[in-house]
This record gives sequence, structure tokens and C-alpha cells, in this order.
Amino acid sequence: MKAIKEKHSLLMRWTHWVNFPILTIMIWSGMLIYWSNDVYSITLFGHTYFKFFPQGFYDYFHFSKRLSEGMAFHFLFMWFFALNGIIYVLYTIISGSWRELLPQRKSFKEAWLVLLHDLHIRKMAPPQNKYNAAQRIAYTAIIVMGFGSLITGLAIYKPVQFATITWLCGGYHLARILHFALTIGYVFFFLIHIVQVILAGWNNFRSVISGFEIVNEQAKPVITPTPAEDGK
Amino acid sequence: MENKKQPKKELTIDQKINRRNFISFGVFGVMGVAAYKGWRWLYTAPKEVAGVTASAKAPLRRALNQTELAMRNFFSNNHLVRTYPKSMAAKNVRHNSDIGVKGGFVIEDWKLQVIKHTGEILTFTIDQIKALPKTEIVYDFKCVEGWDQIQYWGGLKMIDFIEHFGLAEETKLAYVGMMTPDKAYQVGLDMPSAVHPQTILAYEMNGKPIPMNHGAPLRLIIPVKYGIKNLKRIGSITFSNTRPPDYWARSGYDYYSGL
Repeated sequence: MKAIKEKHSLLMRWTHWVNFPILTIMIWSGMLIYWSNDVYSITLFGHTYFKFFPQGFYDYFHFSKRLSEGMAFHFLFMWFFALNGIIYVLYTIISGSWRELLPQRKSFKEAWLVLLHDLHIRKMAPPQNKYNAAQRIAYTAIIVMGFGSLITGLAIYKPVQFATITWLCGGYHLARILHFALTIGYVFFFLIHIVQVILAGWNNFRSVISGFEIVNEQAKPVITPTPAEDGK
Repeated sequence: MENKKQPKKELTIDQKINRRNFISFGVFGVMGVAAYKGWRWLYTAPKEVAGVTASAKAPLRRALNQTELAMRNFFSNNHLVRTYPKSMAAKNVRHNSDIGVKGGFVIEDWKLQVIKHTGEILTFTIDQIKALPKTEIVYDFKCVEGWDQIQYWGGLKMIDFIEHFGLAEETKLAYVGMMTPDKAYQVGLDMPSAVHPQTILAYEMNGKPIPMNHGAPLRLIIPVKYGIKNLKRIGSITFSNTRPPDYWARSGYDYYSGL
């Protein structure tokens, strides 16, 4: 029999969908800023494997020569990004839903089993409640990353007034690198997140908009005694 | 009148599901369209009316100014830029721009002009400035572009200059304006930043007189601002209650650009 099973609270859904366009704008305006000093690359033992970013990438997205515009957008939407994140974290703490979110001691071992299951190597996934072990780790990590972006962002935005924060981030220069690396992290998170959402299907996706999942509550199984097969 | 109201039947599961989906997706769609419209409004907003600031979209300029007001609450003379040992200072000091310090300049003819709010004009030679106690600073210079470099500058503290030459009255005004001798580059500074204890009228770089392309003979070093505010080759200093002209603020950058 069909039944409604509550999954995501209204506030969680609201902050999730508010965050999506805001983070997109923050990454976009961040790119407009990064362009004017695009010095980062992945270089190991003197060999550069990837330069952030190739010219064609800037051209395609029209990122070039828009520094002042990028800063103006970035320093407006930073308020909304921070506010939305703070609302979510406070709600999660006060409502007690952190219990469903934070990784548990067993999560790190279980996440491995979830991964094997997702890769179709292992048949059974560990039993779970709202989130499985891998989700607990991923969704907690993304909140920590958001906090990291806020802190490293403040560190490079007001390095004199917030000198302590800049010091905590290992100085101005390192803070900018961390701020950039976190952004790359979001992009990877997003790609995996989208694939997982597609694989999880409609019932799961709808729950982040409507709040509930539809489950089939089985009617109480009738126990029928079976003859023992020990008589051979 | 006959009461046609029938006792409410409980909704079936499917009705409940449909109702909640309708409301949720309806709100989701409406908010999505509203967000998109809002974004288009902002993205296609007209540019601000050109004045002391220009080139930014009008709502974004308002946001920059409001954000400055919010961030001002954290400004303090006790908040100092981090300093470093001299050994860490860059030998090749980065040079980014020549606006305001292009050729045709005779350093021997240079004099600093200070225009008081009363209109009185004072002039100073570099020797008058060098005669006062020197302050040195080794700090991380930060450019809006995103690069930073540890640099070593020496000169006269702005606040020492003001106090020694009897300009204390001028600090009651809200802004300081500076301009290059050719007037091609200008900066406007809020008074608290201008008189911050680390703001320096610099005449030395790495212990030697400042080279021409870095703004000889006297330039501004103001660590509480981005590089764009560190005007090279000061020609004149003014004091006012209205915002003085500022080169980069006319190109869409934040007028205050504080750090």
C-alpha cells in the first residue's frame, strides 16, 4: 500500500534551492575576479598538468576583463550566501536534524560499502535511515566547505580588519589559494551530486521539492507454515 | 437555507500526494521564475549616473556603498596590517601601471601642493618632508587583481605630516584627495584610512629613493587599501567633505576599496 513518508523539512528544501543559484553566481563572479590573476595550476615536479584556466575556457564563458563587475557581484551575493548558510546551520542544530546528517563512527567504514554498492561491486548496501553513510560524509563536508569559503573569503576581503582570520587561514596568499581550491571542490561535488540524483530517481528528487517520499508499506505478511524438508 | 455542506471526507493517499506536489512544485516554479526575473533585472540594470563614481550597474554601486558602511564598523586604528622582516621583502618590486607617472616630468621642479579647505595653498619640498622622522614598513602589498607581494617602503607617516605642518583642522573633514602632477591619476580616501598609523607618504623603496616608475619622488603607501589607492607621485593633496575624484572608481571599482 502506498504511503507518504516525510523526508526533508521545509527549511532544508528552501535553503538548498536558495543556495543553488547564489553559489552559481558566487562561482561565476569569482571567475571574473580570478581571471585577472590566473596563476594557479597543477604542477608536479616541474611539469604542469593543468593550468587554471585555458584561454578557450575564458572565451567561452566571457570571463575576460570583467574584474570590477565580478567584485561588485561577489561582494553583494556574499551576504546572501553567508546568511542562507547560517540559517541552515542554525536550523540543523536547533531542530536536531544534525543527528541524521553528521557522520557517525561507523559511517567511515560504511561509506566504503556504499561506494562498492554504488559501483555494483557489492550487492547489499548497509542499512540506513534518511542518509546513508556516504551521504552523511558528503553533505557534512559540503557545509564545512561552505564555512571554509566564508572564512577564507573574509580573510582575503578584509585582511587588515580581520587579520586574525587571515592568520588562521595561513596568511593572505594561502587564503586565496584555499578559497579557489574550495570552489573547484564545489564543482566536483556538483558533478557527482547530479549523477547520484539522476541515478536515485524521481522519488528521491521530488522529496527535495515536496518534502516526502512515497513508500510501499507492505501489508503484514501472513505466516504460512511450510512442511519441514528434513525427511529425505 | 439548506445546508449543503457535507462532512469532509478524508483525502485518499493519492489526493494527498497530488495536492502536496501541486503546492510544492507550484511554489518552486513561481520562485524559480521570480529568481530568474530578479537576476535579469540586476544583470541588465542601467549603469549608474556618471559622477565621482561611474561604470558600475546602479544597484551594484548602491550595494558596494552599503557594504562599505557595514564594513566600516570593523575599521580601527588598532587594526594593523601584518608586517614582516626586511629580509622577506621583494627585490623586484612589481610594477603594474604608468598612469599618472608617464614621461615629461622633471623631478627637480617637483613640489608637493597642499590645498586646505579654506582654499589656502601650501607647498613643500621633498627635503622638508625627508627632514621629519622616517617610518619604515615591510608588508604584503595587495592588488585588486589578486596578486600580493611583500614590499619594503619608507617615508613620512601621513598623520605625522598633518600634525607637524598644522593641518590637524583638516582631519575634521571627511575625505582626502590626491592627484598626480599631470592630474591623470587621482585617489579619494576616507579620512580614517588616510590618517591610519600605517599610511605613509613614501620616498624610499627597499631603502633607496623611489624609482621613477614607482612614483618618484613621493608616493602614497596605504596598507588599509588595495594597490589602486596607492597613488604614485603625489602632486597635490586636498581635503573636503565631498568625495574627491578617483581614477578607478570611475571604472566601476569600489570607491573605498578597503582591506
